[in-house]
Amino acid sequence: MTKIAFPHMGDYHIPANFLLSHIFPNTEVIKVPKITSKTIEIGTKYSPEFVCTPFKYTLGTMIECLDKEADTLIQMGGGCRYGYYAELQEKILKDLGYNCTVINLVTEGTTNFKRINKLLKQIDPKFSKIKALYYGFITIKMVKYMDIIDDYIRENIGFEINPGSFESLKEEMLISFSHVKNYHELYKTYKRYLNKFYKIKVHKPDNRLKIGIIGELYTIMEPFSNYFLEKQLAKHHIEIKRFTNVHYLLFEKARKYKKYQKYSKEYFTYSLGADASDNIARCKYLCEKNYDGIIHIKSSFCTPEIGAMPIINKIASTYQKPVLFFSFDSATSETGIQTRLEAFYDMLEMRKEK
Amino acid sequence: MKDCYLGVDIGSISTKGVIIDDNNKIIASSYIWTEGNPVEAVRKLLDILKEELPKGYQIKGIGTTGSARKLIGLMLKACIVKNEITAHAIGTLTFYPNVRTILEIGGQDSKIILIKNGIITNYAMNTLCAAGTGSFLSSQAKRLGIDVEEFGDYALKSTNPVKIAARCTVFAESDLVHKAQVGYPKEDIIAGLCKSVVLNYLNNVGKGKKIVGPIIFQGGVSKNKGVVKYFKEILKEDIIVDENSHLMGAIGIAVLARRNKTGNVYSLEMKNLKFITKAFECHRCPNTCELLKIYRNDELVDSWGSKCGKY
Repeated sequence: MTKIAFPHMGDYHIPANFLLSHIFPNTEVIKVPKITSKTIEIGTKYSPEFVCTPFKYTLGTMIECLDKEADTLIQMGGGCRYGYYAELQEKILKDLGYNCTVINLVTEGTTNFKRINKLLKQIDPKFSKIKALYYGFITIKMVKYMDIIDDYIRENIGFEINPGSFESLKEEMLISFSHVKNYHELYKTYKRYLNKFYKIKVHKPDNRLKIGIIGELYTIMEPFSNYFLEKQLAKHHIEIKRFTNVHYLLFEKARKYKKYQKYSKEYFTYSLGADASDNIARCKYLCEKNYDGIIHIKSSFCTPEIGAMPIINKIASTYQKPVLFFSFDSATSETGIQTRLEAFYDMLEMRKEK
Repeated sequence: MKDCYLGVDIGSISTKGVIIDDNNKIIASSYIWTEGNPVEAVRKLLDILKEELPKGYQIKGIGTTGSARKLIGLMLKACIVKNEITAHAIGTLTFYPNVRTILEIGGQDSKIILIKNGIITNYAMNTLCAAGTGSFLSSQAKRLGIDVEEFGDYALKSTNPVKIAARCTVFAESDLVHKAQVGYPKEDIIAGLCKSVVLNYLNNVGKGKKIVGPIIFQGGVSKNKGVVKYFKEILKEDIIVDENSHLMGAIGIAVLARRNKTGNVYSLEMKNLKFITKAFECHRCPNTCELLKIYRNDELVDSWGSKCGKY
């Protein structure tokens, strides 16, 4: 029997697991181990030194899955170095002596459904397109609901009256999501939990600090790789706005590019690759909406974001807003992050008081 | 009894302590080497301050800053523990309310703080690299066989500073060795080194920042006249170096301690205090967090380093 696995990103293993276990009835979906310090240690050991950090995290997870006897791995691609992840990782894994197949869902920047259909048939001969469409639809909805709820949590978690109430309810919700059987049930569960989230008591003062987080997609979405930045901000009672999530990447990004380009045409004319152009537009948006500060995060050596940084700096100085830049690597010192965050927070407080 | 406030800045290389009164007047101060043992350094520091402190003062607040701020904060039961960026800004603003730019170069880090109308508007801190910080200068001083304190005087003697590849400390060092072996005079090499520190700072930390006067330069490296000279030359602005520039962080945190006083009276007597830290590695999950437990008089006051929150 084929054993299938995929790298982690945030909480999205739940919908991924849901989809894979339904469309491949004869396949075992491996419970992917959580990202830990060990994961990144393994990943760094076998990765090229100057590759971006998400490569190291995903490679680490892949190796951990292969050690749990997975034999088929799923990887995606994107409009930057991410586009080469699958091929390179497959090669590294083969060189290490693992006998595995890496399925690349995105090649040359696009998803070719005919090719994928063929690949998926190879994994499981019983794979049916109609079933895949149905469960794919539910999965997309699940991702959407998760993202809506995450947005709500981000805005409110810093102000909860009983610490931990948001987090524990979210964990409960994710477990229920992983057990749903059809769309109707998913929708009911979502509505139920949404009401529960609305009922959590929060105390939001009018002069609260608001921060927008922009940056490279993996580092932004995988809390382990950004050293739980959002959690730390929440501890300081800050409202967080974040744009990037999977639903955005899948359905809104392509549609919104033109709009973004028009919106910030004084700052860029051509696409900067990956999410960089989006981040420039978002930076302008955050400045115009009078957010108190902007945090830009990326993994070290992320080329598109490096290109966006000077432009973001320029926008911020035009609007006189502070920006904090973070570059996360496998060897980032946590104390350094803390010091900079604390100083950033102090600065915002001081600016607010004046 | 008059009130006074203690600020302690425990940096990577040096530990600074300042006692100020209600009018921001420094009544006692000290500057000693940390030598990798912040707890012992602070004990020594407090002994010196105790001697210096005139009679008739009582300490009403303690603040800690610097890289060992959390640890020493627990040791001294500080009423405020703040990062060094805020502390430096507050300290400088107390004496120079009109300052616009603070350049700070310390032992292992360097930062720039931009200020407008008395509030911090932006700041930056060096990220991955130690190029252009005090520890680099002091290790190069050792290599050249002179005291760090004399570095500035040597640099001023030079009329022709050599160019040193300054992007990275490792390359700078090999370039420096090369220049020395080729036969350049010591003064010129030292001057070149000071210049490279300035260039590095401006290219790395100061990148994209608009540096407007009045500019204040502080941190341990500000005592180096050579570096000050090249900052003036390159920025084409006057650079103010306060005589207490190395103590600014400590002064700032003392001011913050005054603002946050709790009403308690503190003692500088640390002889009988037992303060130990125990480190161990947790093996419950593959994270293998390095945990640190801190005991004050045999009582567990805090433990750090846990990712899951079990400790």
